[in-house]
Amino acid sequence: MRKLSHPDHLAEWKALILEERPVHAKTIAVTAGTCGRSAGALPVIEALRTEIVKRGLEKTVGLVVTGCHGYCEMEPSLIIYPEEIFYKRLEAADVPAIIGETVLKDKIVSRLVCEDPATGRPAVRPKDIPFYRKQMRLLTEANFHIDPLRIEDYILLDGYQALSRALFDMTSESVIAEVKASGLRGRGGAGFPTGLKWEFCREAHGHPKYVICNADEGDPGTYMDRSLLEGNPHSVIEGMLIGAYGIGASEGYIYVRGDNPLAVNHIGHAIERARKCGLLGENILGSEFHFDIHLVTGAGVYVCGEETSLMASIEGRKPYPRQRPPFPAQEGLWGRPTNINNVETWVNVPLILRQGSAAYAAIGTERSKGTKIFSLIGRIQNTGLVEVPMGISLREIICDIGGGVKDGKALKAVQTGGPAGGCVPASLIDLPIDYDSLVQAGSMMGSGGMVVMDETTCMVDVARYFLDFLQDESCGKCVPCRIGTRQMLEILTRITRGLGEPGDILRMEELAATMKAASLCGLGQSAANPVLSTLRYFRDEYEAHILRKTCPARVCKEIVSAVPASEEPRR
Amino acid sequence: MTPFPKSKDCEENEAAAGMDIHDILKEAGNRQRDLLAILHRIQTACGRIPAEAVPAVARHLHLSPSEVFGVLTFYKSFSLESKGEFTITVCLGTACHVRGGVEIAEAFERKLGIKAGQTTPDKRFSLETVNCLGCCAIGPFVVVNGTHYPHATAKTVEAILDAYQGAEGPA
Repeated sequence: MRKLSHPDHLAEWKALILEERPVHAKTIAVTAGTCGRSAGALPVIEALRTEIVKRGLEKTVGLVVTGCHGYCEMEPSLIIYPEEIFYKRLEAADVPAIIGETVLKDKIVSRLVCEDPATGRPAVRPKDIPFYRKQMRLLTEANFHIDPLRIEDYILLDGYQALSRALFDMTSESVIAEVKASGLRGRGGAGFPTGLKWEFCREAHGHPKYVICNADEGDPGTYMDRSLLEGNPHSVIEGMLIGAYGIGASEGYIYVRGDNPLAVNHIGHAIERARKCGLLGENILGSEFHFDIHLVTGAGVYVCGEETSLMASIEGRKPYPRQRPPFPAQEGLWGRPTNINNVETWVNVPLILRQGSAAYAAIGTERSKGTKIFSLIGRIQNTGLVEVPMGISLREIICDIGGGVKDGKALKAVQTGGPAGGCVPASLIDLPIDYDSLVQAGSMMGSGGMVVMDETTCMVDVARYFLDFLQDESCGKCVPCRIGTRQMLEILTRITRGLGEPGDILRMEELAATMKAASLCGLGQSAANPVLSTLRYFRDEYEAHILRKTCPARVCKEIVSAVPASEEPRR
Repeated sequence: MTPFPKSKDCEENEAAAGMDIHDILKEAGNRQRDLLAILHRIQTACGRIPAEAVPAVARHLHLSPSEVFGVLTFYKSFSLESKGEFTITVCLGTACHVRGGVEIAEAFERKLGIKAGQTTPDKRFSLETVNCLGCCAIGPFVVVNGTHYPHATAKTVEAILDAYQGAEGPA
């Protein structure tokens, strides 16, 4: 690998990689993100390696250890190219059949194939599998192909070409104009227009300027950022490079959650490789543009995902959030103009430059463009990461992609937006999902968690769970959040124990208004959302707990223990 | 991943621990922004941040010891006390909560006779909870020193304790 010092070097390198690449008749791509490994991917990979060597197939069969393919329910899984055969729930014992039958004789091993529940027929290729069929995998498709430890794999998929286009065919103003025209909004939660944010930072006075990638993904039940960092780390780096060029920043930081060691490892490795190739550092691709990225590993504090807290953490100070304004674009890291975007936002940037803002803006709804990755979890048949165009209905996500509620139970609600979000009731299942529709429904997009709840889920317990989380994570700097989350949790705990009093609901609503108005940062301002949104749609459940001392879903143990033994609690 | 990764315990070898911190500081930068990375390295090398290290770190970064102390106690990943040989981490993310993660954590608490966040008196086990490790399809989810245990049940709890109770401790 040589240092790239001219825009043409990218294409030359790609040609060279293609030329030197061994021509394999078959390539096996095994999913090995964090969850794939937890489900047992590594022994499968080891067995595949051994089997390939044992049968002397090193020259004809390639093995790629990729990141997450999104279909967590079926992991460990693999795809055999070129036929695109998807095999699910593998064990090392399946390997001889995979090699002996499929790879050598082109026979499908039917027990490893997914089934289309609608037709009862086998669904062999991802595009036949209901889970993948309605997805639009613009950001996550590369995870099917790339070995995240090989920059060459990213180059083969035209990686860093968008950067080259930005540096040599576009001015920094036109890069920002392009992102503005695409309609991209921040994927971290608030949905602020990305191009506009960049422009604020670009126009701010101060030098140097910084860009930050917020990879402190802490919302329980979300892991799309981890999956992108693990599976396709160079796309994050390329997005940051393009943003930095547009904004005029010379230094970047990636702040990654320490609880995701594989993500830390892969992005760290990618930064080093990019630096060695001259894609980070001085005179990138021979241009006048200098930019480098530092990796900072977080240390297990949820509030560090809040931007002012995150910056304090990078600076080595106690990571308390602070008042805004001034916004980071004016006074950010070390008081300099700083632009912070979330991982998924950054990964959208190379895509926008590759296909052009018009094509990008053609996807989605009027005010929410592109795709969004959701983590579909909870009481759902197909747990996993799904990438769908904005505006898709909740019904399509839950029923078509998710395969419906687990065990044929009735859908009660979908919780979106993480702890700061809210619940969308089953009656709104035809709601088209975008930033604005979710807010109207009393929830929010957030970072993209989607927790499916059925009749066995108690909504008061859910609210209590999130308040327990938020109370624990409140940093304690401001009173409304510190005391408010505590009081709210105490009231909710009383209610779930059958000790609720008439007037509790009113008390919580008053408390919620104070927390929202007076808290310093997003954590406190939105901490009451889980309560408010469940009250909006499931007030009767609160009333059942408070007035009749019953838990309709039979979840709250203290109340349930008072009911006759014939009606055993579910858990 | 190896089943029983080794971690050094400072208490067992004070002299070596002193060396470690000195070496870590020698290699690290000396600006305030280097604090987090330094704390990570000490925590990894020693399994805790020894209180004796705080003044040295503060001097190195031209900070007051109270500033360093304030930062390190803010973060959950850093600990002044040494952890047990095996750290059991129970995920309590939304998906694990819905599937009964709390019961798993409570089972460990009962069996070990400690609360989450504590270490057994024989320093064998530390019990911790974490807010989502993003393995939502295979919860309830437990990690012991980097080894993953998906679909945890009451039986898993016993199996884990049996396996590690009899296991060779780290060197």
